Parts: sequence; C-alpha cells; structure tokens
Amino acid sequence: MGGREETKPQTTTDFCGQSVATRDAYGATLAELGAAHEKIVVLDADLSGSTKTAKFAKLFPERFFNMGISEQDMVGTAAGLALAGKIPFASTFAVFETGRAWEQIRQTICYSHLNVKLCASHSGLTVGEDGASHQALEDIALMRVLPGMTVIVPSDGYETRQVIQAAAAFDGPIYVRLGRAKVPACLPQEYTFEIGKGYSFGIGRDVNIVAIGIMLPMALKAKEMLAQSGIDAGVINMVSVKPLDKELLLEAAQASKFIVTCEEHSVIGGLGSAVAEYLSEQNPVLIKKIGVQDTFGCSGPADELLQLFGLTPESIVETAKAGLAQK
Amino acid sequence: MVYNEEIFVVRKGDPMAAEARKSADVARLREQARKLRIEIVKMLAESGSGHTGGSLSAADIVTALYFYKMRHRVDEPKWPERDRFILSKGHAAPVLYGALALAGYFDKSLLGNLRKIGCPLQGHPSSKLLSGVEVSTGSLGQGLSIANGIALGLKLDKVPARVYCLLGDGETQEGQVWEAAMSAGHYQLDNLCAIVDLNSLQIDGRCEDVMRIDPVGAKWQAFGWNTIEIDGHDMQAIVAALDVAETVRGRPTIILAQTVKGKGVSVFEDKAEYHGVTPNREELAIALKELGE
Ligand SMILES: Cc1ncc(C[n+]2csc(CCOP(=O)(O)OP(=O)(O)O)c2C)c(N)n1
Ligand SMILES: [Mg+2]
Repeated sequence: MGGREETKPQTTTDFCGQSVATRDAYGATLAELGAAHEKIVVLDADLSGSTKTAKFAKLFPERFFNMGISEQDMVGTAAGLALAGKIPFASTFAVFETGRAWEQIRQTICYSHLNVKLCASHSGLTVGEDGASHQALEDIALMRVLPGMTVIVPSDGYETRQVIQAAAAFDGPIYVRLGRAKVPACLPQEYTFEIGKGYSFGIGRDVNIVAIGIMLPMALKAKEMLAQSGIDAGVINMVSVKPLDKELLLEAAQASKFIVTCEEHSVIGGLGSAVAEYLSEQNPVLIKKIGVQDTFGCSGPADELLQLFGLTPESIVETAKAGLAQK
Repeated sequence: MVYNEEIFVVRKGDPMAAEARKSADVARLREQARKLRIEIVKMLAESGSGHTGGSLSAADIVTALYFYKMRHRVDEPKWPERDRFILSKGHAAPVLYGALALAGYFDKSLLGNLRKIGCPLQGHPSSKLLSGVEVSTGSLGQGLSIANGIALGLKLDKVPARVYCLLGDGETQEGQVWEAAMSAGHYQLDNLCAIVDLNSLQIDGRCEDVMRIDPVGAKWQAFGWNTIEIDGHDMQAIVAALDVAETVRGRPTIILAQTVKGKGVSVFEDKAEYHGVTPNREELAIALKELGE
C-alpha cells in the first residue's frame, strides 16, 4: 500500500457480468447514491484512494470528511453524524476499521444502535504484497459478535452495488466487507440482494458448499469439478453472514448431511463458525471449514497467497471428498 | 487557517463576568445546583453503587448547562434544534440523571432505582433506555468524537444548535481525545463547546502522579481551540464562560474548569477514594446536613 491508485471516472453500470473489485463497485455506487440522497455523508481515514471513497469526495466535497489517520475518531464522528440525522459511510482498511476502532464500534455505534455504515476494503489475503499487518482475517469475527450488528460479505460488483444500496436504505449499524482484488462476476442478472437472505446455486445431495466473497466463484468451480467425479454438490452464497439465512442453511444441511464452508478469513469466528454454531444446535451434520488456519498471512501476489493458504477450488474438492469418505 | 489569538480568561470580577451576572439568575442557579447535589447523594446512597466524586464535581457545570445555557424541550426530547449535551465521562451518570429529573424528563422517584434491574438509569447512561440521553457513554475518551460528528451534521444542515461535551481530566489521557481535539480544530467547529472537569483526581490518585496532563491550556490551544479557564464552582464564571464560548467564531472552545472532586460534602472532597464509593448512612446524613436539606 502507499502507491497512487487511480480513481476511475464515475460509471452508471450495475456491474452485472463485469469483473471488478468490490471496492470499485462500492466507490461507484456511493457516488451514485450521493447524488440521489442528500443525507449521505462519507468519512475516510487517509485511504480514500484505496477504499474508493475518493470518487464521492470529488463529487460532494462538503459531505466528505477526511479524518486523517485516526480510525477511532472517524468511527466516533460517524456516530455523531448519524445522531444528527445523516447516513454516514465510514471507510478504511478492514484491519484498522474493525481492529483499531472495535471498542468505539461496540460502545458508541452498536450499544446506541446508530445508523452507521462501516464499509471496509482490503479484507483478507488478497491485499497481497502489503502482508500480514494489512490482511484482515479476523474482521468478520470481530463484527459478528457485536449485538445489533449486521455483517455482509458481497462476492462481485453486481452484488456489491445492491448491498450498498440496501445498506443506505437500512436503519442500523452494518459492516460490509470489501476487497482489493478484481473478482469474477458470478451472480446472475435475476439476483436480488436482501439482508438476511443467502442465494442458492442449487442444493446438492452429497455436499453443500457455503461460501462468501472471493470464495464463491471458487465454490462454483469446485461444484463442476465434483460433478465430474459423480458427486452432487450444491453451492450457497451466504452473503448475509449476520443475520444468517438459517432456512436455506437448514435445507442444505438436511439435503446433504455435509457442509463445507469457504471464507477468506480465519476459520475461527467467521462464516464457518456461524454455520457450525447454528447447525450444531438445530441439525448437527459434518462441517468442514475452509479458511485461514489460525495463522497470519504474509506478503506475496494475491493469487499465489490463495494457493499457499489453500483457498482454491482444488482444496474445496479435496475437502469435500475427504468429508464424504468420512461420512 | 487563521485563528483569533486572543485567549479569554474569565475570573471573578472580570467585566465579562459582570455582564453575565446581569443576564443570568446566578442565585437561582446556585440553588438549583444545591438541589442537584442533594439528588446525587440521595440516589447514590439508595443505590449503594455508583460514582460520587466526579458527579459532585460537575454539578455546577451541568446545572448551568441544563438550567441556563442549553435550549432544550422536556416535552420534545428529540427537538431537532435542541442543544446537545454529551457526557463523555459517562461514570458521572448521577449528575446527568439528577439534572434530567429536575428538568422534568422523568419522575424523580425513578432516581432511587439507579443501577437496579429493569431501571432505565443504567450504571452508565444508555440512550436506548432513557430519553434525554443523546448517546450511550461509559467507555472514556469517546464522547468528543461523537460531539464533533453532531456538530458537523448540524453545520451541514445549518441548524443553529450548539453541542456541549463534558470530559474528565483523567479521561484526557485517552489518545482518541486528542484525535478528536485535532478534528474539531481542523473543521473549525465553533458550534462546539467542550468542558473539562479539572478535579485533579482519577481512580488511582492524582492525575499528576498517575499520568501528567499539564499544561492543559497550552495543549488545547496548540490543537486550535479557544480556551477559557474558570473556577468550575463559581456559577457566575461558568455562566460567563458559556456565554463567551457562544460568541467565538472559527474554532471550538474548551472551558477548563478547576473543580474539587466530591464538591459540596466535606467528607468526599478531594479524596480519590470516593471516586466510585457511595455514601453510607452516616455520610448521607452529613451530606444532607451540609447541603442544607
Ligand atoms: C476506556 C476506559 N478505561 C477505564 C475506565 C474506568 N474508569 C472509570 S472512571 C475512571 C477515572 C476517570 O477519571 P476522570 O476522567 O478524571 O473522571 P472524574 O475525576 O471526573 O471522575 C476510570 C479509569 C473507563 N470507564 N473507560
Ligand atoms: Mg478527574
């Protein structure tokens, strides 16, 4: 991080079918929403070029507040703006937003249940070369544990745009996890995002893969690969990590009796934990968790890091087969 | 950025204090502060749990805010043009609860249930449970950022309301306070007035021993604030300082109020031990006697 990152001109696309980083879709959508909604204000902590809030800042300078490198103050100021009736979006890297300012988010935003939108970019390993200090692998856990917090992890640009629109319309605190790297489009045109709802790409009889973020296209690839071995795998996009789509999860668990969760996050406290917490009480089935195994990330090109940490379609296939052998 | 370099210091006998004396009913406010202190010691004795020293040290300041300076409507707590008060030192909840009850936000009988299960008067203020509380506080160091955000929002909407934020002196050891101090200076929040309750004590002892915060005035001035130094128990000075703060343009004002922790009750005064200890039966009797109840 630190290099200059270009701000692309404002687009009016819905990003359907486009390969784009979720942070880019965020920046464009925010700019679009800013024009329509006077109440939207945006805060950043000296990373507006990277989080893509710079686009909004350029168009609506009077409604953009650069707070400098002070994440705790940024979160508190966003809370105050919400109290004054604004709809604040506060952005920085996920590790700083949820880590440095966690207690401010807890005490001020969640306890008072304020209408603040925390949209953090640079989550997960795909931060790449900046290394472990900048790769948030704990943010879902940190946000999920907070009472009243909604946690959303979109997978592609098309979904991100809908998520940001829904976040603006929703009254209450919400955390949206965004990424740095370009990701393939995977949600179909007819898809509509709704808080609390997942999306099924077909329920499998042998295994169901529950995935979020960059892991969703990999899960879809794994589904195809498993089909070639005669294994019927389903894929669920669990974009709404909190509230979880329990109905869909239960349906999947009952159909296959075996779930594989996939996330670019620690296997502790994230999507896998959320799924396990629910199913262990409601309908215990075998669950295998793909994610980062209780370790820090490291520097390297994003795609190589994903290989190194086993976040690949191949490892999903392997894990699914191992689980089926165990069943 | 150009700052007005003039620093206001309001003390007894100042012409500005004399002005304020004319406009404010200081005697009425003193009487109101006395009543507030009585409510504070009573609710704390009843509850058997809560923060005595820091509630009593802030009683005069909070009285001047709720019964002199702030424009607020008891029957319309969410009135958009109300002045806002953020109790950043949330452990002093009894001073806020007492003021809200005396102002008529809720019935005084509720005060006796402080910190009891089911009572909206939580150990630290909860905005979700008690109307009149702007935002939940209790974790020190966070209130000024919130006040800044409200001040920014009011400015965007051109609402003439003002924002007041009360901090403890020990509280200013928190790093976030200085992030917020920098932000308020940068955004020239002249609709914001912070007040520091300089009672010289925190939990583990005197601030100067635990972690020196001096020179307080120079620090805030360096962050772009207008500073006003007063005796935080001199009602005339408090009123004058609040009036002056409202006239300052282009930068936020901070009132540095020298106070005595536990003020008003001899057994509690200037004693770190009474930070989080409530009056027992004998102490309550002494307190009520000294407060003229
Ligand atoms: C972040 C945080 N750390 C610690 C505490 C525990 N605590 C409560 S009051 C207090 C001392 C506060 O001293 P000061 O700000 O001077 O308040 P006052 O003297 O007015 O009571 C401490 C350390 C807290 N509430 N919040
Ligand atoms: Mg103190």
